[in-house]
Amino acid sequence: MSKIARRMFIVLSAAAFWAALLVSLVLANAAPPQPGGPLPDFKLPIPEHTADKEYLGLTTSGPFTIAQIKAQVVIIEIFSMYCPYCQREAPEVNRLYEIIENTPDLKGRIKLIGIGAGNTPFEVQVFKGKYKVPFPLFPDEQFTLHKAFGEVRTPFFIGVRINDDGTHRVFYAKLGGIEGAESFVKLILRLSGLEKEKKP
Amino acid sequence: MKRKIHLLCTLIVFLIVFCASHVFALSEAYKKNIYNPGHLKPTDSVLKVKVGDRAPNFSLLSLSGERISLSQYRGNKNVVLSFVPAAWTPVCSDQWPGYNIVEDIFKKYDATLLGITVDNLPTLHAWTTQMGELWFPVLSDFWPHGAVADKYGVLRSDGTAERALFVIDKKGIIRFINVNDINQRPKLEELVKALEGLGK
Repeated sequence: MSKIARRMFIVLSAAAFWAALLVSLVLANAAPPQPGGPLPDFKLPIPEHTADKEYLGLTTSGPFTIAQIKAQVVIIEIFSMYCPYCQREAPEVNRLYEIIENTPDLKGRIKLIGIGAGNTPFEVQVFKGKYKVPFPLFPDEQFTLHKAFGEVRTPFFIGVRINDDGTHRVFYAKLGGIEGAESFVKLILRLSGLEKEKKP
Repeated sequence: MKRKIHLLCTLIVFLIVFCASHVFALSEAYKKNIYNPGHLKPTDSVLKVKVGDRAPNFSLLSLSGERISLSQYRGNKNVVLSFVPAAWTPVCSDQWPGYNIVEDIFKKYDATLLGITVDNLPTLHAWTTQMGELWFPVLSDFWPHGAVADKYGVLRSDGTAERALFVIDKKGIIRFINVNDINQRPKLEELVKALEGLGK
């Protein structure tokens, strides 16, 4: 075996190993989030816009986890600019945001974010501009997060309770729309346990 | 040794393809009606036109019952032809809904969009109804089967069309061609960049 061939074999073996590891990681996270369970392990990039960063109450300058968002409940919408259902649902989700922001007892305690499955940053901005989405949206161009979320269909909503000690648990995970902003707020308050707690 | 390297290369390619296999037509709007043909050969035809050529004229029936010819736009509108492979398949089902929310971008560049598949009109009707109301004409290149796709050199050997975009200026000259990997959705920003280029 020549030196070059031996080196090539080593390099290719290493590449195969890492690719296999990647596949196993993807498969390990293939199930959609379940109420009572945790979110998959992921971080989001710090938002470019100061308003988004302030809304999320982020104190870090680098990538952050959902548990680092300053809130007691975070609602994540997995959407796509190309999804007709998400397009139709967008005004109602905006209304959900408005209800939360205009209710003193809820403002600051419940935050919303969106993750654009398979969407480029440009495509996410198009969606944000078209529907005047007031909360932060994050692109997931390579479907990396979408895979971690078990390749759910869209729109898919996940409710996450963030505890004082920095831990979290999923309390809501459902495919489809929110079916009315008011009733969704009530549902979120009940399932998260927030309705029994006073605003800190 | 060569055989070992070949085997490793095959494994790596398989793993990369497996890891990179993206999920499209995620929208719950389609429920479980999407047929997944699996991973297809990225392209399977030979272009018969090139940038700078006069775009071959055609006349096709649209969903509204109107017969539309490319030549009717000459002198007054830039035209984007969006060939997609087939109705009720993954990537196609979420390409046009994205274009459906960017009519303003097309208007900005004085362009219209013509969506074309080789499906018959009843199939196109059932499929596009799931997308909401489309602002652009959808044309059927069903009979003679795929004749227009073939004129442009984007008819695949299985009778479907490529996932191809042609930008044609008001003089009827082809200014941009993208025969995309059939398994992937073309990035919206690439089309927008092509439209921007029309003004130069």
